Amino acid sequence: MKKTYKIEVDCAACALKMEEAAGKVAGVAEATVSFMTQKMKVEFEEEADVKAVMEQVRKACKRVEADCEIFL
Amino acid sequence: MTKKQKKVLYRIIIAAVLLVVLHFIPIEGYLRMALYMVPYLVIGYDILRKAVLGILHGEVFDENFLMAVATVGAIALGDYSEGTAVMLFYQIGELFQSVAVGKSRRNITALMDIRPDYANVADEEGNLEQVDPDDVEIGTVIVVRPGEKVPIDGVVVEGSAALNTSALTGESTPREVGVGDDIISGCVNTSGLLKIRTTKEFGESTVTKILELVENSSMKKSRSENFITKFARYYTPTVCYSALVLAVLPPLVNLLMGNVAAWSTWVIRALTFLVISCPCALVISIPLSFFGGIGGASACGILVKGSNYLEALAQTGYVVFDKTGTLTKGVFAVTGIYPAEEFKTKMSEGASSDDKERIACQELLRYAAYAENYSNHPISKSLREAYGESIDNNRVTDVEEISGHGVTAKVDGRQVAAGNAKLMDSLGLAYAKDTAMGTVVHIAVDGSYGGYILIADVIKEHSKEAIAALKALGVKRTVMLTGDSRAVAEQVAAQLGVDEVMSELLPGDKVEQVEKLLREKGAKEKLAFVGDGINDAPVLSRADIGIAMGALGSDAAIEAADIVLMDDNPVKIALAIKIARRCIRIVYENIVFALAVKAVCLILGAVGIANMWIAIFADVGVMVIAVLNAIRCLRVKQTK
Repeated sequence: MKKTYKIEVDCAACALKMEEAAGKVAGVAEATVSFMTQKMKVEFEEEADVKAVMEQVRKACKRVEADCEIFL
Repeated sequence: MTKKQKKVLYRIIIAAVLLVVLHFIPIEGYLRMALYMVPYLVIGYDILRKAVLGILHGEVFDENFLMAVATVGAIALGDYSEGTAVMLFYQIGELFQSVAVGKSRRNITALMDIRPDYANVADEEGNLEQVDPDDVEIGTVIVVRPGEKVPIDGVVVEGSAALNTSALTGESTPREVGVGDDIISGCVNTSGLLKIRTTKEFGESTVTKILELVENSSMKKSRSENFITKFARYYTPTVCYSALVLAVLPPLVNLLMGNVAAWSTWVIRALTFLVISCPCALVISIPLSFFGGIGGASACGILVKGSNYLEALAQTGYVVFDKTGTLTKGVFAVTGIYPAEEFKTKMSEGASSDDKERIACQELLRYAAYAENYSNHPISKSLREAYGESIDNNRVTDVEEISGHGVTAKVDGRQVAAGNAKLMDSLGLAYAKDTAMGTVVHIAVDGSYGGYILIADVIKEHSKEAIAALKALGVKRTVMLTGDSRAVAEQVAAQLGVDEVMSELLPGDKVEQVEKLLREKGAKEKLAFVGDGINDAPVLSRADIGIAMGALGSDAAIEAADIVLMDDNPVKIALAIKIARRCIRIVYENIVFALAVKAVCLILGAVGIANMWIAIFADVGVMVIAVLNAIRCLRVKQTK
């Protein structure tokens, strides 16, 4: 399953870091962040609990880039 | 400017003023340092915070870290004003970049802003009410006034208007619609009131599909973007370690050689080195270039589904076309009228020879159109269309359709037979045998052969130009695939200047042919397949780049293709390649420029020629130039 989330991030390098961090979260098959459209697209693994996974994704992103935000 | 940006601006102003004031206050020692701490912290507190957080989270080598180390280092060495100034200029650069990027992002999104905000629905009393298009159910009648966007796909039930489709197709000629016509969301009504019965939900409408496609396009990253991601992963640690070595090794060597260690000189050089090395110019300008290229293309009615396709498009070496619907219109039309000599003399006695030809053609077409008046066959339709004038049914009697042969009828009391060669054979008439390619309708009037009319699929008016434009761009091979007979295919190919033709193919054969071509082409060349998206989806997905044409309103084509041309003008293929090449060129310009300036400055910094000011140029200046260069990708129209 794929979902797109609105995000807020200030620099392109930070967007890359978010992408990398989100991709490593368990339950995420693939994550792509577009700095230009300020959007994050997440492809979840089957049977993943989207809500719980996204909480983790958000935490992971905050860890690498303190100023970012994901609107869940 | 956003709130965040304004806040940074105020901080910059405060810090700059304080810095100037402090410059004129003659205080020495620790008090001086303490005073300088005020502007330094005002301008740099967030950077320091992020640097500390980064270290705590194990994200050591980022921009913030670089800036924090460089400035704290400078201050520790007693260069208070320089340390603060570096931070100040870094923030100015960041602010400029964020404003510039934000502005171009808005420009691009404005270009693609076709999202309708509301739909007008009439309530029971006939008053119009503005509702969210998402809430409109299928089958609802909505009203679109002049100047408004069509919010949802539907069919016109009342009114007629000229629609501006330029936001979708890049085409400026308005499209006329009337009752019964399908209408696509995203067009702008320029005249007349339209009532439309919706046939789709908002989420399924063309406009939503297109918006989704374009918004998702930056998610598919190009090789250059991936390269930068990987590059940054190795680059930043490398320069950090190099800086460390630069700070420590030369003084140690000096000590061993018995010279003065000169710690401060080398630490300053290492810090300069760190400031220069910041990779943001690359990291920001490359996605921005692609985004600009995709935005500029979509303003021309070319939708690109990802940066990777834009990159592939720039390397197009082979272009494979489907014939019907792509290079030709896919509809039958009269392409030639050939009256027999005898018919010419009979029809136009006394007229000059030029007139003779014209009158005879007109007459032959008239007989054919009248005789075929009652038939619904596409060929009959094309005859009536070519005739153009309205047909008086009373003048046609005794119509008899002979299946597989044609029609006989009495027109103005004359016995007319119109049909194929078999019909002429059965009437025992001699007829022209060596006709040009296409479907032939022979006509006999009053038992004598009158001539024939040629009906063929019509080549699009821009097809020839399109092939020539591709050749001019250096595309190596153009190939046309078709299920049509060889003779027809070769004639069309010769007319258009296509290099190769593969004819009499079944739909499955097309995939095979494309695979064969894929094996033949060089590793660096890409193969683009252009189709109309109808029943060639497998080929579209098999090719390196699948281009669907005339996709306005065709969901299937939008789904299957990598690049979607909203109108059906094949010249847009060459334009798309041009846009792609220009975009890639700008990307490479930025990569080479940024890396070259940085490399030179890094060396100068290491040997002590470049000071902190040059370092700031190498970081912020290069970034600003790269961003400005990237924004050029957006401007497409002028390069046509």
